[in-house]
Amino acid sequence: MILLSGVGKTFRGRDGGRVEALSDITLRVAPGEFVAIVGASGCGKSTLLRLVAGLVPVSLGRVEVGGELVTEPRADTAMVFQAPTLLPWADVLRNVTFPLRLMGKATSRTEDEARALLAKAGLSGFETKLPRELSGGMQQRVAICRALLQQPRVLLMDEPFGALDALTREEMSIELLRIWAETGAAVLFVTHSISEAVLLADRVVVMSPRPGRIADIIQVSLPRPRDFAQEGTPAFHEAAQRIRALIYAKKEAAHGQA
Amino acid sequence: MARPNLTGPIAVLMLFAIWEGSVHAFGIREFLLPAPSVIASEAWTIRGAILNHTLATLQTVLLGFAAAVLISLPLAMAIASSPVISAAIYPLLVITQSIPKVALAPILIVALGANELPRVIVTFLVAFFPLVVASVAGLLAAPPELIELGRACRAGRIQQMLRIRLPYAVPFVFGGLKVAAALSVVGAVVAEFVGADAGLGYLIQTSMAFFRTPLAFAAVVILALMGMTLFALVGAMERILFPWSSSSQTNIPAA
Repeated sequence: MILLSGVGKTFRGRDGGRVEALSDITLRVAPGEFVAIVGASGCGKSTLLRLVAGLVPVSLGRVEVGGELVTEPRADTAMVFQAPTLLPWADVLRNVTFPLRLMGKATSRTEDEARALLAKAGLSGFETKLPRELSGGMQQRVAICRALLQQPRVLLMDEPFGALDALTREEMSIELLRIWAETGAAVLFVTHSISEAVLLADRVVVMSPRPGRIADIIQVSLPRPRDFAQEGTPAFHEAAQRIRALIYAKKEAAHGQA
Repeated sequence: MARPNLTGPIAVLMLFAIWEGSVHAFGIREFLLPAPSVIASEAWTIRGAILNHTLATLQTVLLGFAAAVLISLPLAMAIASSPVISAAIYPLLVITQSIPKVALAPILIVALGANELPRVIVTFLVAFFPLVVASVAGLLAAPPELIELGRACRAGRIQQMLRIRLPYAVPFVFGGLKVAAALSVVGAVVAEFVGADAGLGYLIQTSMAFFRTPLAFAAVVILALMGMTLFALVGAMERILFPWSSSSQTNIPAA
């Protein structure tokens, strides 16, 4: 579904110098696959998502979605940001339908589908509330519903639970899995929580910083549907341990150089 | 909003009471500082004329304010949509703002004739600048994620402006409108000082020429009331038309 081959991204710095954010990224994500990306801050995780979203052009290599070269944002790709990024003037229902209305793709069924999706996310009865009347967790649920209503084939999530408290975060991870399982979308999920990555993903891409490269890709062999009980299993620990080792090994290597 | 706050009105009433008392106690002469009661009674005796002056000023204020709104909003959108337009227009705006309007008024009256037009233009010139600045700030205040969301939804520049930036700017625009409403009154009076045969500014000038200080004071009080009323009307309009705006002004960036 998503194909990155030899992708590199270089930004021009403020002083005219060049900053290499990503280098030689090659990754293939199958339809319906859930891939998490972890790595230290500044390793280009968010940039990688924006390349796939078509928001930022690549400097090197190519990005394909569904076999087509990505040159601009696509209608079958939806994005969830770290902040809920809701329209403060629109109620929950109009926020969820906003992308479809903006793209002129809203139909007579759009509103019913939005209500059904909100119900699945536990937001029944909040359709006419304004974003500021909701808690942070509920706002982010609205943002996820907004992305899912577009029935994307590719769902890009940039630390979607990063601004939430630990309890809300765990609750929403399981909820996300439950709703995602019905959509069959390919997911790229950026996080800096190792346990979150292992709990959610089929594969975890571990990135190392400066420039952002793929250090390794860890297969998570836990059965689905996932739940918290699996956090205690040896398979979970083994995967988490391997990811942790990769991240810290790279850090020590960087220190050694300096 | 359980109880109306009466602290403000009580403070104003007390100020007037002290004023009235001091004028009588120290025997201050009327043409220097008339007592509030004298101001009220003198104004009442020529209430018909004062009403006409008030309406004349109100007309200038409203026309100037309307012109400011009609010109500022499209101008702000043009400035916010393109760095080139912004670089071209902003210096011009700052120049118009740096010219004292009092200095400009007589020139405009010679050029355009002694009619309503130069007064409306002066009012507009005084009122529009803060509105443009506030609107541009509002249009540029939409968080980058919201703009990115629009781009991810394949929104073009016009859609981005109309569907995201413009609604986001509403609380800012109303902030500018409140300032512009108050400044419109200032602008109208400045214009009337220079060239008018009616209006509260004209009334102040002619009254002072004949040492009829109480009438000048009456005009000042009416001008203050006019400014406050316009300010309150703009606020009320915001609460009615954009209920999400007025109460969410303080936490908007959190969105």
